[in-house]
Amino acid sequence: MEPDASSAAAAQNPNPNPSTGLPPISAYYQTRAEHHAVVSSDWLAHAAAAASLPPSSDAADADAASDAAALLSPGSNGGGGGVIEEFNFWRRKPEAAEAVAAIMALAAVIRSSRATTMMELEIELKKASDKLKSWDATSISLSAACDLFMRFVTRTSHLEHEKFDAAKSRLIERGEKFGEISLKARKTIAMLSQDFISDGCTILVHGYSRVVLEVLKLAASNRKLFRVLCTEGRPDRTGLRMSNELAALGIPVKVLIDSAVAYSMDEVDMVFVGADGVVESGGIINMMGTYQIALVAHSMNKPVYVAAESYKFARLYPLDQKDMTPAHRPIDFGVPIPAGVEVETSARDYTPPQYLTLLLTDLGVLTPSVVSDELIQLYL
Amino acid sequence: MDLRRPTTRSSSGGVEPRYRQVGFVTTTAEPAAAAASSSSSPRGSDVYPGSLSPVMIPPPRIPDHLTALSPAPVSLLPSSPPPPSSSRLDAAESDLDDDDDDDVDVSWARPPPPALLESKEGLPDTQNEGAPAPAPVQQKQKLSKAERRAIQEAQRAAKASAKEAGLSRKSVATVSTSNAAMSKQLKTVKTPPKKDLPQLTPPVASEKKTSEHPPDRDRKKDVPPPRMQFDNVHRVEKTKKHSLVNQAEAQNRVELFRHLPQYVHGTQLPDLESKFFHLDLMHPSVYKVGLQFLSGVISGGNACCVAMLLAFREAIKDYSTPSTKTLNRDLTAKISSYVSFLIECKPLSISMGNAIRFLKNRIAKLLLTLSESEAKASLQSDIDRFINEKIIIADHVIVSHAIAKVRDDDVLLTYASSSVVEMIFDHANELGKKFRVVVVDSRPNNEGQALLHRLVAKGISCTYTHINAISYIMHEVTRVFLGASSILSNGAVYSSVGTAAVAMVAHAFGVPVLVCCEAYKLHERVQLDSICSNELGDPDVISRVPEREDLCHLKNCTYNENLQLLNLKYDTMPSDYVSMIITEYGMLPPTSVPVIVREYRREHIWI
Repeated sequence: MEPDASSAAAAQNPNPNPSTGLPPISAYYQTRAEHHAVVSSDWLAHAAAAASLPPSSDAADADAASDAAALLSPGSNGGGGGVIEEFNFWRRKPEAAEAVAAIMALAAVIRSSRATTMMELEIELKKASDKLKSWDATSISLSAACDLFMRFVTRTSHLEHEKFDAAKSRLIERGEKFGEISLKARKTIAMLSQDFISDGCTILVHGYSRVVLEVLKLAASNRKLFRVLCTEGRPDRTGLRMSNELAALGIPVKVLIDSAVAYSMDEVDMVFVGADGVVESGGIINMMGTYQIALVAHSMNKPVYVAAESYKFARLYPLDQKDMTPAHRPIDFGVPIPAGVEVETSARDYTPPQYLTLLLTDLGVLTPSVVSDELIQLYL
Repeated sequence: MDLRRPTTRSSSGGVEPRYRQVGFVTTTAEPAAAAASSSSSPRGSDVYPGSLSPVMIPPPRIPDHLTALSPAPVSLLPSSPPPPSSSRLDAAESDLDDDDDDDVDVSWARPPPPALLESKEGLPDTQNEGAPAPAPVQQKQKLSKAERRAIQEAQRAAKASAKEAGLSRKSVATVSTSNAAMSKQLKTVKTPPKKDLPQLTPPVASEKKTSEHPPDRDRKKDVPPPRMQFDNVHRVEKTKKHSLVNQAEAQNRVELFRHLPQYVHGTQLPDLESKFFHLDLMHPSVYKVGLQFLSGVISGGNACCVAMLLAFREAIKDYSTPSTKTLNRDLTAKISSYVSFLIECKPLSISMGNAIRFLKNRIAKLLLTLSESEAKASLQSDIDRFINEKIIIADHVIVSHAIAKVRDDDVLLTYASSSVVEMIFDHANELGKKFRVVVVDSRPNNEGQALLHRLVAKGISCTYTHINAISYIMHEVTRVFLGASSILSNGAVYSSVGTAAVAMVAHAFGVPVLVCCEAYKLHERVQLDSICSNELGDPDVISRVPEREDLCHLKNCTYNENLQLLNLKYDTMPSDYVSMIITEYGMLPPTSVPVIVREYRREHIWI
C-alpha cells in the first residue's frame, strides 16, 4: 500500500528563477515514485531517474546533481545524518504516516543519546528536530509532529521531577507508542464518522487518504449501501488508486475527471477529504483541488467533512494560497510543453475554514473554529 | 437616569461613585466618624471577626465596622464584581445591583417613558452635583455627643429601610422613588445664588410628590461613598463647577447618546490647573498624568496605560502607611482615589482597567508579614514587570508574528495611528522588505498625519488618503493592519471610530484584515454595537477647521436647539470582518478570543 498521498512534499532547493526549465523535484514525488515501484529503492537510482527525465538539459542536470548532493550529504553527516536515515527508514514503511516516521526518528535519537541531563537531551532533540524539519520544509505533518513531540518533552522535563533515566525511558516508550496512536486515531475517526454516512448516500472523495479509506471501509463492513465518486486526481492519478481500493471492498465507485466535480455535485450528498495539515485558522492544507471542490460544495450547500488526525494540527495561519511555502512537483502532460510556457506545479492548496463543515478527528468532531482552541491548549 | 446608571457603570467605574457621593450628602461625616471610631478602639476590630452575626449586636462600635467594611465592593471595578457575602448590608447592595438590571429591562420594555424620564432627570442630577458644597461645614460644627447620637439614629433608620427596601425594590416604583429622593435633596440644600434654577425644578418635584420620600433616603445611607474620605474637598469643588457647565451643555446633547457622560471640554483644563495648590491628597505624578490626559498630550491605549502605571509607581514609592491602618487597605483606597481622579480627566480604556485590576490584585495579595519598604519594592517591581512583559515584550512578539505576513511588493493599509502597527512597518523596513504603506485618516483628530511623517522619514513609500476615498484605494491593497483599544469576548474589535468602516470595505474587496492587539487588552465583555458603550469627544471640534478660522460656519449655532454635534471616539467592529488577530500568544481567529482570555486570567493569577 501507498503512504498518505495527501502528504505534501517540497523541493529541497527552491528554484529562484521559475523561467528556467523544470523546478527541482520534491521529496514528495520521490517517495511516491518509490512506492509505485517505478524505480529501485536506492536513493542514487532516484537521482539517476530524475536526471533521465525529459527534456534533458543543463538546468535539469544541475538540479539532479543538487538533489544527489542533498541526498548524499545527510549520509555523510554523523549525528544529524543518523536522524535523517532513521526517518527515511520509517518513511518507507507503507502503513506509517510521515508524522509517525518523524517521531520514531526522534525516539531513536533519544535512545542513542549520551546526554546525562534533561537539558542536554532537550538540546540534542531540538537540533535533530530542526534538522528533520529543514529536510522537508514544506511538509506540514512533519513539522507538526516534531513540534508536538518537542512540546511533550518540554512538559515532561518541567512538570515531572523524575530521575533522568526513568524520564528518558518513558520518552522512548512514548515515542514508540506513537505509531499505535496513529492507527488508533484512524479507527477512532472511522467510528465517529459512521453517524454521518447514511444508507443510500453518495460521497465525493478527493485524493488518496488512508483516514478517508478507513472511514469508507468501516461503513462498508457495517453493511451500509453507499456510492463513492472519486476524482481522477491528476497528475498522480490518486483517484484511480482509491477507486481500486474501494472496488476491492465491493463499494460502487465512479471516477470523475477533475473538471467534472461541479457537473456531478448535485448528485453528491457529502464530501470527504483528508488533510495534509490543519492550520490554526481552522482551514486545511491538502492536495491541489480540495479548495475548488470545497467552493463548489459550499455554493451548492453540500457539507464538507475533513478526516484528519490531531497530530496534523499546526500553528500556521495562511491568509491566502500564496502564503504557504510552495511545494512543487513535476507534471507530465503526455505531450511536450512548448518552450516559454509556464506550468503551475503546486501540489496542494489551502481551504479556508468557512467552506468546511466539520473536522472529524481523534479528539472528536470539531468545528473549524475549535482548532485554534486546541492548539492554544496544547502550546500555551 | 434609569438608563444612565447601569450603562455608565459598565463603561467607566468611577462615574457611579460620583453620583452616589452626591446623593449621600447628608451622611458625609459618617465614614470619617467610622474611621475615627475604629482608630480610637482597636479592640473593637478584634471583636468583629469572632462574632457570628454582628448585625444583631446592639453596641454601636460593631455597626461602625460594618459600615466601614461594606463599601469595599464599591471600589472594585464593576467589570468584575465580587460575590455577595452573607452580610445583610452587602446583600442590600447586591439587591441594588439587581435593581439596576431590572431598570434596564423595564426601560427596554417601555421605549417612550425613558426618554421623558431622562430629559427630566438631567436637571435634578445637575442640581445634586452642586449640592454638596454646604454639607461639610454643617457636619464639622456638630459635637461628639451629637455625632454619636446621629450615628445611632442612622443605624436604626438603616435597619428599618433594609426591611422596606426588600419590598419596594421589587416594584418598578423604585425609579420614581429614586427621583423623589433627588428632588428631596434638591429642596433641602437650595440656596439663594441658584434662584435661576427653581424655574426648571418644580415640574420634576410636582410629579414625584406622591412617592415615598423617607424610606428611599434612608436606603441610600446603606452604601456611603468611601472616596469622600480621601479627596473630599477636591471632588466637591470640582463636581460643583462641572455641574454649572454641564447644565448649559445638556440642552444640546445627542439623544441617542444621552447615557454617556458629556462635559464641556474648554473649561476643564484651566479649572484643573488653577486647583494645583489645593490638591493636597493627590500625588503630583498622578496629577501630572491627569493633566496630560486632559490636554491630549498622551493618547493611545499603550501610552496612557504606561503613563498611568508609572505615575502609580511614583505614588507607591512616596507612600507611607498611616500608623492606624494596614498597607493593603489604605493603599487600595488611595489607588482608587487616584483612579477616580484619572477617570474625571479621561474615561478609562479597557487596557487601563485591566492594568488597574492587576495592580489591585497584587496589593491584595501582599503578605502582611512584609515590612512597608519590602511591600513597596515588591509592588514597584510588579508594575515594572507588567509594563515590560505585557506591553513592551508583547509588542515585540506581535511584530515578529506580523512580519511573517508582510511580503515583498505588498501594499499595506492602516487606519489612523497605532504604535504596534508602526513598529511592524519599521521592522519590515529594517529587514529590507519592499512594500508600500497606505495611511488612511479621518477628521477631526487626523492622527495619521504624524504617523505619515515618521514613516516617510524612515524611507518607506507612502500614500495618504482620507476615509471617504477608501473604496478607490482598496483595490490595490494586499493587507490591512489595524490596532485595537480592546477585543471583546465575541471577537468584536473596539477601536478608534472609523476602524469598522475600513474593515468592512476591506472585507468587501476580499483583502485580509489583521488586527494587532496585546493580550492584556482583551476583555470578557460582549458588545454588539457602538452605542451602549462609547466615549463622547468635544463636539465643538467637529465644527472647527484648523488653520481656517474663517470657515467656521457653525460658530453662531452652538446652542441652537435644532442642532446637535456628535463626536464619537470609538467603533465596535463585528468579528466577521476580522481575518486574523495577532497577539503575543500567536495568530488567532476571532473565535478564539475567549480561550486567550481564560488562559490569560489563569496566568495572571499565577504571576
